[in-house]
Amino acid sequence: MADAALKTDTTEAMIASLSMPTATWAQPAREDALTRLRSMGLPERRDEYWKFTRPDTLTQVAAPKATALADDDAPMFDGVDRLRIVFVDGVFDAEASDDLRLEGITIERLAAADSDLHWAKGVYGVLEANGQTPVARPLAALNTAFATDGVLIHVTGKPSKPVNVIYIHKSDTSDVILHSCIKMDAGAEMTLLENGAAAARFNHVLEVEIADGASFHHIRSQGRDHERRAATHIFTRLGAESAFRSFTMTMNGQLTRNDCVIELTGDDAIAHVAGACVGDGDFHHDDTIFITHDAVNCNSRQVFKKVLRNGAVGVFQGKILVKAGAQKTDGYQISQSLLLDGDSQFLAKPELEIYADDVACSHGSTSGAIDEDALFYLRSRGVSEVEATNLLTLAFLAEAVDEIAHEDLREDMTARLGAWLTRRRG
Amino acid sequence: MLSIKNLQVKLEDEDKQILKGVDLEVEAGKVHAIMGPNGSGKSTLSYVLSGKGGYEVTGGSATLGDIDLLDMEPEERAAAGLFLAFQYPVEIPGVGNMTFLRTAVNAQRKARGEEEMSAAEFLKVVRAKAKDLKIDAEMLKRPVNMGFSGGEKKRNEILQMAMLEPKMCILDETDSGLDVDAMKLVAEGVNALRTEGRGFLVITHYQRLLDHIKPDVVHIMANGRIVKTGGPELALEVENNGYADILAEVA
Ligand SMILES: Nc1ncnc2c1ncn2[C@@H]1O[C@H](COP(=O)(O)OP(=O)(O)OP(=O)(O)O)[C@@H](O)[C@H]1O
Ligand SMILES: [Mg+2]
Repeated sequence: MADAALKTDTTEAMIASLSMPTATWAQPAREDALTRLRSMGLPERRDEYWKFTRPDTLTQVAAPKATALADDDAPMFDGVDRLRIVFVDGVFDAEASDDLRLEGITIERLAAADSDLHWAKGVYGVLEANGQTPVARPLAALNTAFATDGVLIHVTGKPSKPVNVIYIHKSDTSDVILHSCIKMDAGAEMTLLENGAAAARFNHVLEVEIADGASFHHIRSQGRDHERRAATHIFTRLGAESAFRSFTMTMNGQLTRNDCVIELTGDDAIAHVAGACVGDGDFHHDDTIFITHDAVNCNSRQVFKKVLRNGAVGVFQGKILVKAGAQKTDGYQISQSLLLDGDSQFLAKPELEIYADDVACSHGSTSGAIDEDALFYLRSRGVSEVEATNLLTLAFLAEAVDEIAHEDLREDMTARLGAWLTRRRG
Repeated sequence: MLSIKNLQVKLEDEDKQILKGVDLEVEAGKVHAIMGPNGSGKSTLSYVLSGKGGYEVTGGSATLGDIDLLDMEPEERAAAGLFLAFQYPVEIPGVGNMTFLRTAVNAQRKARGEEEMSAAEFLKVVRAKAKDLKIDAEMLKRPVNMGFSGGEKKRNEILQMAMLEPKMCILDETDSGLDVDAMKLVAEGVNALRTEGRGFLVITHYQRLLDHIKPDVVHIMANGRIVKTGGPELALEVENNGYADILAEVA
């Protein structure tokens, strides 16, 4: 029982180091989350769900130092007309942010939304709590209890432009917990763009409630900082004929754990989640996906691609759970890694659990090196080895990047991934 | 132009000698054909000349003009003007045919210190050449060789050759898998490139291609060596009688 005691100690030490923000409408949800957290305890290496990823730097009281990268790339999403909301090391930057008013949408900040009758009561901590079974996600409960800020977005119509939350990382020691909620009314549509490393250590939860016929697009880039650590969770629940599409690009980062918990509760809904990551050296990237089909004729798709070199580690844990009665489910899952040398590793655990009989689910996981024949073919046409390798690497990532519906953004992501590869020549 | 002297090649991982002293001289402006039984080493010769891995040169030399080919990376050989139309063109998912062609053309130009081709100019040239080979625009948009029929792949090789304008072209069974009309197109594509300064080495099993691309010299390769060299009539002899007589004669 020494283990359990240790777990309690770690959890209590973390709780003691944080203070719950002052009472608002969110108070009951925060208290509940704290109770959940205490009963689950923070994750440990021994936990099955953390078999491939060491959680200790995420659960220790002080965030390990992480220098902020002087980013010389053009700002992400610069070419897109968008509404910007900027956080610097987790602190809202009003100067750098745009006016939050936009037709078809109301945007507030968690830290400023003190009205007692707040709509977000029905979302905040609710989807997170819902996503705690069958697998515990204690870092998300920690987040709900102690998040200092975030955005609350209520989408009633079809806003004319995307909302872009920009997370700037400046301080070497920033330890940030942000929590955002999005409520999509029936038939509403929005695109959420997120970018930036955010902090030395970032704990982020995004809850998205999607009503019938609504459509949510999410494109995220987690910055280029080398040392930063992040644990992010997306919880979403989809109504009938609604759509959820999320793409994440990760370049660098000592530790990234991206959880995505999707529940299809209305018939004919679509959930697509994709990720492209590139890591060199001290890089550990974990995508953990849990998709529950609990309605008829829904389609889910997971496409994850990892390019690893120089000792980088990629993890994929992806599960499709098809509940009894969720007939005509179409579930697709692919996770692949491209190992650019012999030092890198890819650990994958794809799972299917199916309780309905009329379903089509497929999953595949592969790990491989650059195709020598393709490489020679390109080189025989005069393309240098480095350039040919880059072309083939981008081609490998393309299946994930192609999940982005917006062509310009797709091209932009590809260009940035190409630039990353070029910087890492040799 | 292409000068191969006593070239000996074995497999890198196996103790298996494949080329056992190949001698061959292709002059600028000439078309040489190589025929020979399956497994005699024709493709191996073409791969070794273009720098494919997995082979070890144990003796001899191969030069293009005054450049020692065997010392160079595959891309350097390409920039020096060597081109191989593959017997089995490789499919590359995710890399667009156009992107590939343009990257190749510009990489070679850059390597030679020439100016890169602009996107507009490239498009114009590639469209015209594709049209000559009856390769439609839709095919150019697809990933390299993906979903191409056997004959389409071979035509795509010739398109690449036409775009890259190499000095020395090696065609490895470019005729296999082509229908009669496609064979004519490909031959026309090759003939259009026949100039004073350019040499061709055409590997084939059939006289039919040589009806369209008239060779100056025909070689017979067997068991890792050139065993006989002659004029176009040698190809006809093979077509009519097979290799038995020739092989018996040189044994
Ligand atoms: N990488 C390899 N591994 C094993 N054997 C090889 C390899 N490459 C060539 N060989 C062998 O070397 C010999 C020559 O092969 P090559 O492909 O050069 O013949 P070819 O003359 O082109 O035949 P074909 O007319 O059938 O195309 C064959 O016996 C072949 O099996
Ligand atoms: Mg061959």
